[in-house]
Amino acid sequence: MSDQELKAKSIFYRELTLKIITAANAGHTGGDLSCIDILNVLYNRILNVAPDRMNDPDRDRYVQSKGHAAEALYAVLNERGFIPESWIEQVGLYLSPVAGHPTCKIPGVEQSTGALGHGLSIAVGMAIAGRLDNKSYRVFCLMGDGELAEGSIWEAAMAAAHYQLDNLIAIVDRNRLQISGKTEDVMQLEPLKQKFEAFGFSVREVDGNDLDALLAVLQAVPFETGKPSLILANTIKGKGISYMENQAKWHHGVPSEDQLQQALRELKAEREAL
Amino acid sequence: MLPPLKMGIPNLEYMAQILTDRAKDDPNLMIVTSDSRGSGRVTRFGEQFPRQIIEVGIAEQDSVGISAGLASCGKKVFTVSPGSFLSARSFEQVKNDVAYSNNPVALLGISSGVSYGGLGATHHSVHDIAALMAVPNLDLCVPADNFETEMVLDSYLQHPRPIYVRFGKKAMPLFYQSASEVEFGKAGILHHGSDILIIASGETLQPAYEGASALEAEGIRTGLISLHSLRPLDKSTILEMAASAKAVITLEEHSIYGGLGSIVASWLMQQRLFRPIKMLAFPNEDLVTGSQTDLFNHYGISVSGITAAAAELLR
Repeated sequence: MSDQELKAKSIFYRELTLKIITAANAGHTGGDLSCIDILNVLYNRILNVAPDRMNDPDRDRYVQSKGHAAEALYAVLNERGFIPESWIEQVGLYLSPVAGHPTCKIPGVEQSTGALGHGLSIAVGMAIAGRLDNKSYRVFCLMGDGELAEGSIWEAAMAAAHYQLDNLIAIVDRNRLQISGKTEDVMQLEPLKQKFEAFGFSVREVDGNDLDALLAVLQAVPFETGKPSLILANTIKGKGISYMENQAKWHHGVPSEDQLQQALRELKAEREAL
Repeated sequence: MLPPLKMGIPNLEYMAQILTDRAKDDPNLMIVTSDSRGSGRVTRFGEQFPRQIIEVGIAEQDSVGISAGLASCGKKVFTVSPGSFLSARSFEQVKNDVAYSNNPVALLGISSGVSYGGLGATHHSVHDIAALMAVPNLDLCVPADNFETEMVLDSYLQHPRPIYVRFGKKAMPLFYQSASEVEFGKAGILHHGSDILIIASGETLQPAYEGASALEAEGIRTGLISLHSLRPLDKSTILEMAASAKAVITLEEHSIYGGLGSIVASWLMQQRLFRPIKMLAFPNEDLVTGSQTDLFNHYGISVSGITAAAAELLR
């Protein structure tokens, strides 16, 4: 797959995500759009997963701790052949197989998430199991930046370093906004790089909406032998839609029909400019 | 009079012996502790199988999350932590990471109920049954003796699934001759009687047994059930035994809300089997200070509590 095709996929995933949210009349729009490039690179270039490999004990594991970015995940899982087209228009609807947060009953979803601060501990357990069984799989865990206020994240961070889990790659979707406003106003997170380094991670910062940069950093893991890796992915909440970018109100805003059409026009123009 | 019973060893110690024995042939059997090796009696397990024990420090939420991750990768995981913290501090991890994600973790709540006695309410778990019964996809067992302990641990190893097992600390009598007499999910019928039916579990089974014996000595024919599994619930045995008695007494080392007594009463009422019931449990208030025995006696979870309840019920 060429770089151009990868970029086209991000545009497609954004279009699909907005359609899912509009159909459901609910969703976490801003955080979906901020992390979609990360999901794109993971599922198309990094993870050795496929619909027929989900019972393979050697597959890489992906735990999406920021479960509220479910629509972005569903868009990618649909395009990658894990879930059928018919499901993505039913998110959260009565008797639907797909809820507004990912569940392990959905093909391709390793763990049910949604309550924040849980994913990293689960990923630590998976990484320990891989080490004990001499497996070569890696464990990737995507966290939101707002959820880093959860104490359980730091319990897991201590364990990741204590057990020297260099098969664990934590990624922070650092879009700097959460439901109530700026992360630094709600609860100061900085200096985040130094905090994770102090907890024993090897940390690299990257533009989390730059596919080439993401690919380079994800191909470079582990950053240091004997240390868990952490990718501080600086992203833009609502990335790709002009009126949504960097607006906390789009954390879980649902576009009107007019707004949807405008967003789709913007994405179409982006595709034509490729 | 019911026959005298031989004494076993504390179920916690027996649990550690069983896991040590089973780990010899099962490298996937793992224990996760939260600075609880000593209190969980698994220090020797750790020395013998250092690759099969994961210490997370005093971090109960992390212990359950890590356990879930291990279990998702094929490990048979026993998470050993005081019941008070395991069921409250890490409740959300139990609900989501174990039960909802269907990761087959055995959560062993040690020193549960009021086993910590005088240490007070921070260390008591008189809420754990009520809280965890409301979580779907989680079996819930309260073994009373070494044989019930062995049966429930082996049942998990044979069929790994989300399960919470509640242990106390003290040595208990042996209510059976061997573990083969105990069946998972099937209530243990220890005595038949047509006047009073006593239902108990865990360490309250000892006063229940002694109380049944005292009632029999007074000529009150008394049935006795060890309800070691609250989920799955042996509904038919409860119904049949209650139907053959005039009244029911329940004992539990738990709040009067949401535990064994509530479960039994609710089941009987829904089946339109109306029997007078007395629930011997802890009231919904700050408990007085004292040892486990002190608290049992103070709140009537005792032989005298049973005889008084029976007199009132049969009046």
